[in-house]
Amino acid sequence: MTAPAIRHLLSAADLDHAQALTVLDTAAELLAVADRPIKKLPTLRGRTVVNLFFEDSTRTRISFEAAAKRLSADVITFSARGSSVSKGESLKDTALTLQAMGADMVVIRHGSSGAPHRLAASGWVDGSVVNAGDGTHEHPTQALLDAFTLRRHLAGGSGDLDGARITIVGDVLHSRVARSNALLLSTLGADVTLVAPPTLLPVGAASWPVTCSYDLDAALAKSDAVMMLRVQRERGAAGGYFPSAREYSRRYGIDARRMAMLPDHAIVLHPGPMNRGVEISAEVADSDRSVIVEQVTNGVAVRMAVLYLLLGGSDQLAAVSP
Amino acid sequence: MAHAQPTNPHGQPAGHTDERIVLDELDVGRALTRIAHEILERNRGSHDLVLLGIPRRGVPLAHRIAARIADVEGSEIPAGSLDVTMYRDDLRLRPARTLEHTDLPAVGIEDKTVVLVDDVLFSGRTVRSAMDALHDLGRPRAVRLAVLVDRGHRELPLRADFVGKNLPTSLVERVRVQVAEVDGHDAVSIGSVSTGAVSTGPGSPGAGSLGSSWDGDR
Repeated sequence: MTAPAIRHLLSAADLDHAQALTVLDTAAELLAVADRPIKKLPTLRGRTVVNLFFEDSTRTRISFEAAAKRLSADVITFSARGSSVSKGESLKDTALTLQAMGADMVVIRHGSSGAPHRLAASGWVDGSVVNAGDGTHEHPTQALLDAFTLRRHLAGGSGDLDGARITIVGDVLHSRVARSNALLLSTLGADVTLVAPPTLLPVGAASWPVTCSYDLDAALAKSDAVMMLRVQRERGAAGGYFPSAREYSRRYGIDARRMAMLPDHAIVLHPGPMNRGVEISAEVADSDRSVIVEQVTNGVAVRMAVLYLLLGGSDQLAAVSP
Repeated sequence: MAHAQPTNPHGQPAGHTDERIVLDELDVGRALTRIAHEILERNRGSHDLVLLGIPRRGVPLAHRIAARIADVEGSEIPAGSLDVTMYRDDLRLRPARTLEHTDLPAVGIEDKTVVLVDDVLFSGRTVRSAMDALHDLGRPRAVRLAVLVDRGHRELPLRADFVGKNLPTSLVERVRVQVAEVDGHDAVSIGSVSTGAVSTGPGSPGAGSLGSSWDGDR
């Protein structure tokens, strides 16, 4: 079987069932690299990956950087803070600068939904574009690492997630993680339920391949995994969507009492960074049900898989222009 | 898998008029037994031996050779697999390939005599990739190479230490190795590229790309 015949990863919907499985299977093999004495493969030697981060990020940026370095790519990390963006440079001019430097891949995080798509469709850069989170739109590699983590715990580490019941809880409205997960997990055959206060469910959610609910307690008992979303204060989630953090926490946060309602095999995920005491209590975050730290480890392997599959083979366009 | 077992192992399988079987099941078995003995003789016993098969068809062959050595010596021989995909020099020539599984025995390879096992030795590029992969995993005391078929046409200064069958071929011919664990039965056959008859046939999704049973070395 060959790799996905796609050049960019902009949305979790870019991947069909077979392609998603290829990414997960590749990641499963690459996970072992972390346990080796030499945590490096020569595969992307001489290729340049630019991390273009217009928004603050710790784990995603570091994760992509580690993934690229483990595959021997050269990594240039660009943060908007301290760059010419703070002087008013446009996305286009930044992109043209990167193109002039010969970037083979641009990993972009941007506060505006659709910025990665703009970059990929504009012709400003020749390289592959990977969406590392755009506004409230999508974050496909987070969904892939969540699917990878779910598969290891619920499906024995192989195949898809057929019939797994995944409950995604919290600020769906502002969450690119929720959107990408809803798409990818459905592609992989899981039954996804979104639980959120009515004010934090997007209008279009009814058209997603998911079930929506306002009642967390009812959903927990029939969940194989529960994914807690961060309340995104920086996107205004605290202002007017719910009366108080305490009330939100009581109705939509997970604590030890709610964790006890989960089936014995169920796991708890969180994309991070956590608001301890709001959507997840410290007790749950540090419990043995929580796979939050493992998600970070898996994130590097999944991003290595994405980099390898997009950049490791022949350039599909090379056949057209010699 | 793709092929029904030929009724006459020395005859031609139906529908593959241009394909000739050069080693049948018994021949393959004898070759592996001889390789097992040669490895033991060369190593002066089974101490510190580790067998690593190169996916896909090298892996079952490595396990079979290990089992034969164990029969003779009465002790278990560690065997595993070594995926070399990420170390290949032709990655940029094709779409990204699916990775195969690397499974190192618990004893590791440090200071061991590692015998790499593959089905076909052709250009030698796979073996070079395997040596690079080993280099990242540890420092064996010695690395040796066992292949079921050596078909010639080396493009690198390499040779095998243990060869099941030397098979002089022309470049337009294709050598196909089938092993029971992957293909349902053991056989080595030779055919020419130009005819459609030598395709691996329906039911073999890897035909012509990764996972093809043709010319394991390319």
